[in-house]
Amino acid sequence: MDSIRLRPLSRLFLVLSLWIVSVGSSFAQGTAADPSKAGVAPGATAAAAPAAAAGAPTGDAAAIAAGDALFKGNCAQCHAVNEVVVGPALAGITKRRPMSWIIPWVKNSSKLVASGDEYAVKIFNQYQKQQMPSFQLSDAEITSIIAYTTSQEGVKGKEPSNDNSPKAEGDPTATSGGDAADGGKAMNILLIVLVVVLIVLVVTLVIIANIMKDVLRGRKDLDGRDMEVIDQRFDFSKIYKSTAVRGIVGTVFVLAVLYETIQGAMGVGLQQGYQPTQPIAFSHKLHAGEHQINCAYCHTSVYKSKSANIPSPNICMNCHSQIKTESPEIKKIYRAIERKQPIQWVRIHNLPDLAYFNHSQHTQVGGIECQTCHGPIQNMEVVYQYSPLTMGWCINCHRETPLNTKGNGYYDNLVKLHDSENGAVPFTVSSNGGTECSKCHY
Amino acid sequence: MQESPKYWKGIEELENSPEFVKNALTEFADFLPVKESHGTSDATVAPRRDFLKLMGFGLAAATLASCETPIKKAIPYLNKPEEVDPGIANFYASTYFNGQDYNSVLVKTREGRPIKLEGNPESPITRGGLSARAQAAVLSLYDGGRLQHFAKKGAKIDKDQLDQEVRNALAGAGRIAIVSHTIISPSTKKVIAEFAGRFAGTEHVMYDVNSASGLLRANGGVLPAYDFSKADTIVSFDADFLGTWLSPVEFARQYVTNRKVSSEKRSMSRHYQFETNLSLTGSNADVREPLKPSELGEAVLAVYNAVVGGGSASAYTDKSKKVAAAAAALQKAGSRGLVVSGSNDPAIQTLVAAINQKLGSAAVDVAAPSMIRQGDDAKMSSLLKAIGAGQVGAVIFYNANPVFDHPMGADLAAALKAGKVRTTISLNDRLDETGELCTYAAPDHHFLESWNDYEPKRGYLSLAQPVITPLFATRQAQDSLLTWAGNPTTYYNYLRTQWKGVLGGDFNKAWDKAVHDGVALGSAAPAAPAQAAPALDVNAAISAIKSAPKPSGIELAIYEKVGLGSGTDANNPWLQELPDPVTKATWGNYVTVPRAYAMAQKWEQGDVVKVSANGKSVELPVLIQPGQAIGTIGIALGYGRTKAGKVGNDRGANVLPLAQMRNDAILYTNSVTLAATGTTEPIAQTQTHHTIMDRKPVVQEATLAQYIKDPKEVTEYETISTPDGPQKPNKVSLWQDYEYKNHHWGMAIDLNSCIGCGSCVVGCQAENNVAVVGKQEVINRREMHWMRIDRYYSSATHKSDFEEKGKLATYAAMEDPSENPQVIFQPMMCQHCNHAPCETVCPVLATTHSSEGLNQMTYNRCVGTRYCANNCPYKVRRFNWFSYYTNEKFETVNGHMFTDLGRMVLNPDVTVRARGVMEKCSLCVQRIQLGKLEAKKQKRRPKDGEIVSACAQSCPTQAIVFGDMRDPESRISQLLRREDGERAFHVLDAINVQPNITYLTKIRNTESSEFNA
Repeated sequence: MDSIRLRPLSRLFLVLSLWIVSVGSSFAQGTAADPSKAGVAPGATAAAAPAAAAGAPTGDAAAIAAGDALFKGNCAQCHAVNEVVVGPALAGITKRRPMSWIIPWVKNSSKLVASGDEYAVKIFNQYQKQQMPSFQLSDAEITSIIAYTTSQEGVKGKEPSNDNSPKAEGDPTATSGGDAADGGKAMNILLIVLVVVLIVLVVTLVIIANIMKDVLRGRKDLDGRDMEVIDQRFDFSKIYKSTAVRGIVGTVFVLAVLYETIQGAMGVGLQQGYQPTQPIAFSHKLHAGEHQINCAYCHTSVYKSKSANIPSPNICMNCHSQIKTESPEIKKIYRAIERKQPIQWVRIHNLPDLAYFNHSQHTQVGGIECQTCHGPIQNMEVVYQYSPLTMGWCINCHRETPLNTKGNGYYDNLVKLHDSENGAVPFTVSSNGGTECSKCHY
Repeated sequence: MQESPKYWKGIEELENSPEFVKNALTEFADFLPVKESHGTSDATVAPRRDFLKLMGFGLAAATLASCETPIKKAIPYLNKPEEVDPGIANFYASTYFNGQDYNSVLVKTREGRPIKLEGNPESPITRGGLSARAQAAVLSLYDGGRLQHFAKKGAKIDKDQLDQEVRNALAGAGRIAIVSHTIISPSTKKVIAEFAGRFAGTEHVMYDVNSASGLLRANGGVLPAYDFSKADTIVSFDADFLGTWLSPVEFARQYVTNRKVSSEKRSMSRHYQFETNLSLTGSNADVREPLKPSELGEAVLAVYNAVVGGGSASAYTDKSKKVAAAAAALQKAGSRGLVVSGSNDPAIQTLVAAINQKLGSAAVDVAAPSMIRQGDDAKMSSLLKAIGAGQVGAVIFYNANPVFDHPMGADLAAALKAGKVRTTISLNDRLDETGELCTYAAPDHHFLESWNDYEPKRGYLSLAQPVITPLFATRQAQDSLLTWAGNPTTYYNYLRTQWKGVLGGDFNKAWDKAVHDGVALGSAAPAAPAQAAPALDVNAAISAIKSAPKPSGIELAIYEKVGLGSGTDANNPWLQELPDPVTKATWGNYVTVPRAYAMAQKWEQGDVVKVSANGKSVELPVLIQPGQAIGTIGIALGYGRTKAGKVGNDRGANVLPLAQMRNDAILYTNSVTLAATGTTEPIAQTQTHHTIMDRKPVVQEATLAQYIKDPKEVTEYETISTPDGPQKPNKVSLWQDYEYKNHHWGMAIDLNSCIGCGSCVVGCQAENNVAVVGKQEVINRREMHWMRIDRYYSSATHKSDFEEKGKLATYAAMEDPSENPQVIFQPMMCQHCNHAPCETVCPVLATTHSSEGLNQMTYNRCVGTRYCANNCPYKVRRFNWFSYYTNEKFETVNGHMFTDLGRMVLNPDVTVRARGVMEKCSLCVQRIQLGKLEAKKQKRRPKDGEIVSACAQSCPTQAIVFGDMRDPESRISQLLRREDGERAFHVLDAINVQPNITYLTKIRNTESSEFNA
């Protein structure tokens, strides 16, 4: 009998605890989804997608591929195909000038300017008398670069409509993040509905119980013991004194404290959001955002080395020997050069020494945008650490990101093997061994 | 009569001494080293204090961890050089020559600092090989023991002031001597000649620590160039040509060309070695006989009589069948025969030259002679006498340290101290034994900071270029000499001017190419003086040999060690810790004595004995050496430095004073008396450490005769009994096999080509930031080398003997071969097992298998249980017992890790391991990753040979082949296909751990009877 009578109470409690748990977990889900949601935003600017060339019909594919690499290594610092960066946009260059002019220009532009070539002088003056460095490239290499730029003409405009472009594939955080966010939303609605239904149920039950009590009180054939039961008042102190309640509340409290402690402890050494003041107020928003200067113009080795390279003042001087020379911040650079004291930037992204990270693996081979890890750098007045840079974060991306295998002879056989055995599953970095220890630790 | 050699790693194992048994059972020195830091006095108090300390540390650590992370700076170049990109290594060609062996090198620099030397494959002489000493030379650049400024009487002095004083002093000095080791730089010689032109009365005296003056005299002043690949029969009389004699890297490559076998080429050269100490070369010989130094002449004479015939009869061939066999083999080989001798006795060398001439040996070339030994013992000793007599006004020591490394060094030191020479100048890189006795010190640059040229062999040139701005306020020696001679040109310009006469065509272009390649053909020196008549004619030589005094008592043979050489690089801890290929001893020298003599004297290993001769003596511990000639002992030179620096000081004793000067030539032998001192000093040997379980076959060998008969019979493959009959072990397995889709890295090591030189050991150490642990820790069996070379002595047993002679007699007989055992070398490193026993026992998954066949070790996950090391059948895992780079205990041995200067040598791509973690060979995973990345960037598969482990790269004989076994066209795949079922075997195949390292059975070109001798 007792147990039956207690049922409404215990049910109420069950409902309450369920509600707490569900709200809590939806919060947790919300926070977990956050970074991936934010990950949707970046990834739209700068370097052209390497494999997009495959879609363009012009030119020999091999030459274009070679040109792609050469372009990134040598030209991309100053030129883009469809827009003016430091030097002119290269779209339509074959229509403007013949190859017989382009080749000597690339090899030694100053010689051409000095020789008084009309077009050369014009273009030299047009671009702030900024001399294009000479390149030790062969004729064939220059031709392949031009083949590449020709193939890229107007590509940028097409890109958003091209759903199957590798770029979309290459940005898995977007899709998977979106999925997670959508799933989370549906779950939230479901939970809210559930909670409302349960609350209605509880209220209804309480009302029914009161009505029943009233009915029973109206009956005269009840003995004293029954009356006692009916008149029993709901005693809150009983809840307070109940060992079960105390136990559960205590456990929940301990778990919460423990969770917070662990979260706090895991956060020790994490620098996500770290935004130190730099010795020179350099604005990425101005350079990378408004002026659209390619990242690799300053971070010269980002496509070829493990380190992206913080630019040395001589790179700043390429432009600032003429531009904004009076700015107090620029004067700091002059001072550094005069005093022969290198500029001591504060390092923001600090990986532990035990982890090996290589930029070129991700940028050149993987085709990952800078923003994928560094966030909306083009909007940052002062740079901050966007990603947590934890091992979990690395591993997660390696698990989800499909390999950028298109047009890369290294992967040809691997893709075939993968497709024949496991075609349904995407060929991710981890399925090629990208989560093994000695890929990053040695 | 199936032969089955019994292998043993050292005397202890052969005798099964109680200590050996104890060590073999425990395997690890298993006590925790925490208490080592406490003295005995507070031992009882320590635990409580430790507890409190730990508590305090824990609190502090927790507080610290919750504090803000320190601010790190990122400092770019002020003006970035175009060719330097952070994170990308640049390679520059250069040359290593330290007065001993010549190596053409590529210097790997990162962010402008040299971090590793690699062999230059363009060099026609060293062909991409590199000696252990050259490997280690990069560390000497960062040696804090170098003199960092100009000095007068040890005190710092301004450069200009020193120049002024020196010029004044030299002007009125009268007789001036420049003392150096062999100089093979044509331009440097020109500088010295110009200096001599400015100061009349200047003479340049060269001497060599391990002199070849006798060889030079016997060949009329030229050093023949040898080509061992052109010899089918090699007879060596005490010439350690694979280890220390003349040009070991070059010789090793040539030697092995003729010794590599395959089922298509079932032939190889035969190598006879007659020597006193068991040398690296003797260890590789097919036929070896120990003989006393005093018997060497007779033995050569016996061969001379047999081959040339003219001389009077010798009784020696009757005494030694092996000498007779060698003589017969030489006669048969004709022009494909070669005799070499390491003796410095002109008489012996005269006979050797006569034999080669008679044979018409194609392997000897006097037309394009070698230049790498030019020291003249007679000139040097007369100079030293003149100095002693006070006849010399000024001496310049140019990277020469005769006080230490010349037998008459003590006399020189006394003369210098007594002020017999008015002006003394040292150009040495440090205030060494000679330098500190000089008035002026104008330290030379390290070779990695210098421009220079070299001509190791006539017609073959080589360049050195600076790869880093000078670290200290030093000046290149040539610049110093030019300055003093009043020539204002820099040595760089001087060098270029010299080379204008050498390189034809567009000079700038040709010069750039020569600097880029590091080597060039042509000769920069003035035309070679024609070969003069030999100093001795044959008859005089024969009578000199016959009349040579017969020494009484024990004979001492002084030798050079493969690692430390002449002792110039004594302050280099990598070389000090490199185990000697044969004795496997590190850190110091010792007296090698034959076992019988030690037993007769009741000496045990480590007993210190006093060795006396010439009225001088050294005290050194005894090392019982199988293969040492009866009645002789051996001591290595190059040890006992007192002014080398923290690492090199007081390691062992200097034995050179015990050498004798006869007819103005240094003889590295003498009769000595020995006396026990009653003290003991342990010798740090790696020999019996990491004992492999007593299972066979670990190492396999066969004779050429067996190989010719049937290549499929030379290797013994174990089988496992199953219900379906005997099966290969890998047919029976509990484990699932890995499937390698992308790469499958593996290594094949040809035991036939491995000569045990140890170059790979140092190469690995440099590449992988392996710590140096010092003598005591080697004794504690805690050395850290990822790669070791196991050396086994073998005595043969005949299975039938057990039945015929009985067990006891057979075992007793087996002890005898230790008088002259066969030696076999086996490089051993992590075998990267596909069914790795270490992987299954790690509780934290710190060691796992990769999809490319590597056994990965993750340091930051390791908690130091050492289960993996315990479970490893190959004993290749190394535990970090200490913080080798912060614990003051290691400051004298691993000192370079304690300073920012020394740490510049670290490879930035490889983690420096912390205390408490396990480490082991990673198969140079950093190189694999880099090679794959470069291929991916170029959108292609990696090419075979692009990715090479450091050991395979440094191997002078190409015994190690590294590559992708998934690529059917790779060298390793082809090799393994070819050798499958013939010579290819896995160590401990029966336990079925399926290693990715394959060994190829060693083939010896011996008669069956000699094989067992």
